[in-house]
Amino acid sequence: MCKCNCSSAGSDLKLLDGVLESYGGDKGNLITVLQKAQEIYGYIPTDVVYYIAEKMGSTPAKVMGVATFYTQFRLKPIGKYLIMLCKGTACHVNGSGEIEKAICKHLNIEDGGTTDDGLFSLKNVACLGCCSLSPVMMINGVAYGSLTPDKAVGILEDLKKEAAE
Amino acid sequence: MKIVVGQGSCGIAAGAEQVYNSISAAMADSDSFTLGITGCIGMCYLEPIVDIYDGDALVKRLVRVAAKDGEVIVSAVRSGDLSALSALEISEEDEQFLGLQTRIALRNCGLIDPNDIEAYIARGGYEAIKKALSDMSPEGVIEEIKVSGLAGRGGAGFPTWFKWNAARSNAGEKKYLICNADEGDPGAFMDRAVIESDPHNLIEGMLIGAYAIGASEAVVYVRAEYPLAITRLEEAIKQAEKKGYLGDNIFGSDFSCRMRIKAGAGAFVCGEETALIESLEGKRGMPRLKPPFPAQRGYNDMPSNINNVETFANVAWIILNGGAAFSAMGTENSKGTKVFALTGKIKRGGLVEVPMGKTLRHVIFDIGGGVRNGRSFKAVQMGGPSGGCLPESLLDTVIDYKILGATGAIMGSGGMVVMDDRTCMVNMARFFLDFTTKESCGKCVHCRIGTKRMYEVLTRITEGKGKEGDIELLEELCMGIKDGALCGLGQTAPNPVLTAIRYFRDEYEAHINDKKCPAHQCTALISYEIDKEKCVGCSLCARNCPVGAIKGVVKQPYTIDNAACIKCGKCASLCRFGAARAV
Repeated sequence: MCKCNCSSAGSDLKLLDGVLESYGGDKGNLITVLQKAQEIYGYIPTDVVYYIAEKMGSTPAKVMGVATFYTQFRLKPIGKYLIMLCKGTACHVNGSGEIEKAICKHLNIEDGGTTDDGLFSLKNVACLGCCSLSPVMMINGVAYGSLTPDKAVGILEDLKKEAAE
Repeated sequence: MKIVVGQGSCGIAAGAEQVYNSISAAMADSDSFTLGITGCIGMCYLEPIVDIYDGDALVKRLVRVAAKDGEVIVSAVRSGDLSALSALEISEEDEQFLGLQTRIALRNCGLIDPNDIEAYIARGGYEAIKKALSDMSPEGVIEEIKVSGLAGRGGAGFPTWFKWNAARSNAGEKKYLICNADEGDPGAFMDRAVIESDPHNLIEGMLIGAYAIGASEAVVYVRAEYPLAITRLEEAIKQAEKKGYLGDNIFGSDFSCRMRIKAGAGAFVCGEETALIESLEGKRGMPRLKPPFPAQRGYNDMPSNINNVETFANVAWIILNGGAAFSAMGTENSKGTKVFALTGKIKRGGLVEVPMGKTLRHVIFDIGGGVRNGRSFKAVQMGGPSGGCLPESLLDTVIDYKILGATGAIMGSGGMVVMDDRTCMVNMARFFLDFTTKESCGKCVHCRIGTKRMYEVLTRITEGKGKEGDIELLEELCMGIKDGALCGLGQTAPNPVLTAIRYFRDEYEAHINDKKCPAHQCTALISYEIDKEKCVGCSLCARNCPVGAIKGVVKQPYTIDNAACIKCGKCASLCRFGAARAV
């Protein structure tokens, strides 16, 4: 049972035991443990924070402090497709603002949000390092470059079709 | 013959994997030529790029290749007649992009297979560490680096030998060598390119550094956003271990060193060395008070030395060619070369390595080809959120730590974002403040709250609610943050605003006093109109206006109802006659 009174059935904490066995002995590995936990659960559930704290001899507050400091960690589940929209300087100069508007309007979500059907999550990121292809977004590890608002929406539509099939 | 497909992150994003697969599919078992990959060639704007080699000689470079070209390429190479590929061949003008560069840090990038240690060895790889271990004392290595004049390429430009010497002289039961590959500057990607394209060069540079300071453990702190770089470096470390170049008694000497990778988790401030150490120790990446400096008490409280990727990428070359050969290039204060990531509204964007002392104009116009789409140059942003925007009048500034610093911008890690006449400098400053408010770790009050207040003032100005005294208020806040912040992130956060006010003050005044945005970018300060003289009445704008604000009769000038207009700009972007426009 989750300890944050969210009434969820709780996460399967056993999945993390292998990771904690390999890395849990050294407090310096907390970030690595959180990264592995996110790979397993898709995000960092609260009961996992408590579990890591207990097993690594830390406190939930300290673990939570680290989890909230770094942008990579998510405390909520995400959709099937994670759209990482680059907001770096080169993308900004080349119109990433318009791309964001188009995506938000099309999916009816804002930065950090997930669509009701659980298909798409949007996250603005600092720089993906593909500046020459700006504006860029990366969806589940695949980069899409030289975007226009219409092209971005088209890509989302294609993914939606792909998911339906 | 050999076909080589460039597969850096940029190339892959542009479709290099599909190109590779289509070439591979078109090849037959009986073909005598081979197919391979290389890293980033640096001409990002021409990706995907395919090179055809005869032995070691490059005979054809094909650019903007698509997956459908696979068969044509294979059949041309098979027949030995490459003339069929002329449509894809790089132009002479584009060849200048590489021709005008001097490559040291990037010397192997785009030439070797990053996944193959033998390819690196064939180009003289691991000879420098061998030389250092057999012929040079650690002090001798530090002396050679001192002669070279190599300075930290991460931004601060601190002399590398000095840091190495400090870490060497401080006693500790264990010492660490750390590579800062947390390339967080938006618009900079040279470190990623080095790791993806020439990971063994980084490993060798780090080994030499570890030998010089007496470190037995080396850690590379890489941004989590660079998965390909992490994969390639992991593979390279494994290969080097297998060869005995990493581990115990390297090259039969009594020098032993192990190397590991630590993936960052996304925090710009972790590029600051003490914050990076905190992060390595599994904590929130908040900067420490200095002294003690990392060279005294760093990672795990042991003497540690931290250098940037590009700094290490120069080290093996210096040891092999001598410090004097390196310091022969550059200016009095800045030696060697510097890599820049040229992006933004530039015609030819990519990675550029030039000797120090060249002008910004040389990089942007001679190599980068100037501003694209026939627009005019307005500013170049140097050094990311810690740097500044320089106007056209400063284009003849030479690349030199001191001289660039005097303009208010900084060399930084080498991001160079070019902006054209349609970029609003107030909005640009606001963009950087948005970044710094989000990335401030929150430790120092001035940085945490001051940047937020600056962001609010800049937002107000772009929304047409600027007040008299706002410029002075911004300047005051800037000074407070510069004085009141502990680390480089905070101290330099005001730079984009200070340089924008210094060089583009009239634009700030136009926003505040006249409620106008000269670049026509701030929605609240512009309106759209149709020029009656130019409008031919084609109705394209009216048919596409999302709110039906454009009215008129075909073949007669149309008009915009400003009360209904939502300023989306669609009419201006669609109009083929330049009639619909922002004013």
